[in-house]
Amino acid sequence: MIVGQQKPFDEIWEMVKGHKQLTVFGCNTCVAVCHQGGNKEAEILASLLRMRATQEGVNIEIKNGGIERQCEHPFFESAKDLLGESEAVLSMACGIGVQFVAEKYMNTPVYPALNTTFLGDVKTDWHFTEKCQACGDCILGVTGGVCPVSRCCKRLFNGPCGGSSKGKCEISKELDCAWQLVVDRLEALGKMDDYEKIAPIKDWSKDRAGGPRSFKLEGF
Amino acid sequence: METKTNSKLEKIFKSGAMAVTSECGPPRSSDPAHIITKGHLIKNHVDAINITDNQTSVTRLCSLAACIHLKLEGMEPVLQMVVRDRNRIALQADILGAASFGINNVLCLSGDHQSFGDHPKAQNVFDLDSMQLVQTVRHMRDEGKFLSGDEIKKAPNLFVGAAANPFADPFKIRVPRLAKKIAAGAEFIQTQCVYNLDKFELWMKGVVERGLHEKVFIMPGITPMRSVGMAKYMARAVPGMDVPEELIKRLSGVPKDKQAEEGVTIAVEAIQRLKECKGVSGFHIMAIEWEEKVPEIVERSGLYPRPVVG
Repeated sequence: MIVGQQKPFDEIWEMVKGHKQLTVFGCNTCVAVCHQGGNKEAEILASLLRMRATQEGVNIEIKNGGIERQCEHPFFESAKDLLGESEAVLSMACGIGVQFVAEKYMNTPVYPALNTTFLGDVKTDWHFTEKCQACGDCILGVTGGVCPVSRCCKRLFNGPCGGSSKGKCEISKELDCAWQLVVDRLEALGKMDDYEKIAPIKDWSKDRAGGPRSFKLEGF
Repeated sequence: METKTNSKLEKIFKSGAMAVTSECGPPRSSDPAHIITKGHLIKNHVDAINITDNQTSVTRLCSLAACIHLKLEGMEPVLQMVVRDRNRIALQADILGAASFGINNVLCLSGDHQSFGDHPKAQNVFDLDSMQLVQTVRHMRDEGKFLSGDEIKKAPNLFVGAAANPFADPFKIRVPRLAKKIAAGAEFIQTQCVYNLDKFELWMKGVVERGLHEKVFIMPGITPMRSVGMAKYMARAVPGMDVPEELIKRLSGVPKDKQAEEGVTIAVEAIQRLKECKGVSGFHIMAIEWEEKVPEIVERSGLYPRPVVG
């Protein structure tokens, strides 16, 4: 899922404090799972902003609401009136949702409440880790199901660098060395011989480097 | 003796002699005087001089320009290239540029992560990895083609090296990783600084068992310790560095003003022992900001005078 983290409160306040009306708008799927941008978090953030406005003697009317997903048109039906009447929207969605709202409401300023941080998993209710960079050309089939693109800080394709130490990455003792994990998996699968196959040079045109990506289903 | 390039290093390896290389770090300045001086300090005692490429991710005068300065002074540089800062377009362009100045050697590296350096907020590139850079240089040289398949009118003729760290984890893939680098096209290997000689010899045993020493010239890295403080720092803070406790104890056991001398002696002893290790073809002496000690280490190790090759 997409993981995001709320921006520092002061940064959010600086973005929105000039408006007379603001809607804090939650996105109740991915970013709700990481407790950062769901409808509940939108409610809490709206309260905090109201308190700040009172403290600073700024006059803003702050509403809150939310939908299941800010990246698909049908979900917006229930929020039509709320968004239509808003002077500005503080979107609690990932960057996709923020842009989707901006595209739908051409004349309404939309601000991001979150920094979209990564595509990751839910290790525990409170711990999320990056697992994919959407490079567009998945190689998990030959790396024992461990992604070196997202999990090796040098995205090496042919094995651990000289900084791998006791299973950890050279940049942080908190970070697993992705290639240690690859090797552990290959060993568990009895496929250590695969380690010596040289990974071909990557086609990054399928990644961000090739420009914004899209695809259309034919005959749908 | 058949050589593929004009590299002096290749000629020395293939003559059967032990090769000696050293390395110099370029200055954080546009004034090249410093690196030229360093080169002159060691040039008669080594066969080739590596020029580091923004080592530890700290911005410096570029490796290629520094290599050119040494080349113009009649020295034999080894161009270190990391894949951290340049994509395949820039890497191939720099390889052509190096060859155009008669630079004969390249060492292909990943590069330290930028979080260690002076620009931790920089983007990193890693378009290729170090192994793929080895492949790239060999492809350019041997096929006379760019990665794109386009022809290169005059192919760059470089002797291609790579690094190995026998002390990094997981240990069990360190010999296979070397095999992979050889398969990618590495012709010589310079290793991480060797302090744990037993572990190095264990790695070399695995290398020899697979016959890899017959396919590549291996040069253990030797870095003299200047003080017990340096030894402790390297043990504690440098990832993938293996500094045994006995070495720290030995340095602690001598007075502070004699520790540097002891460090040099330890380096000389390491070379003398590893000269006997099957599969070792030379030494890469990295006296970090202490280049003036290189001649002494080379002489005391019995590696001087250096052979003359045509």
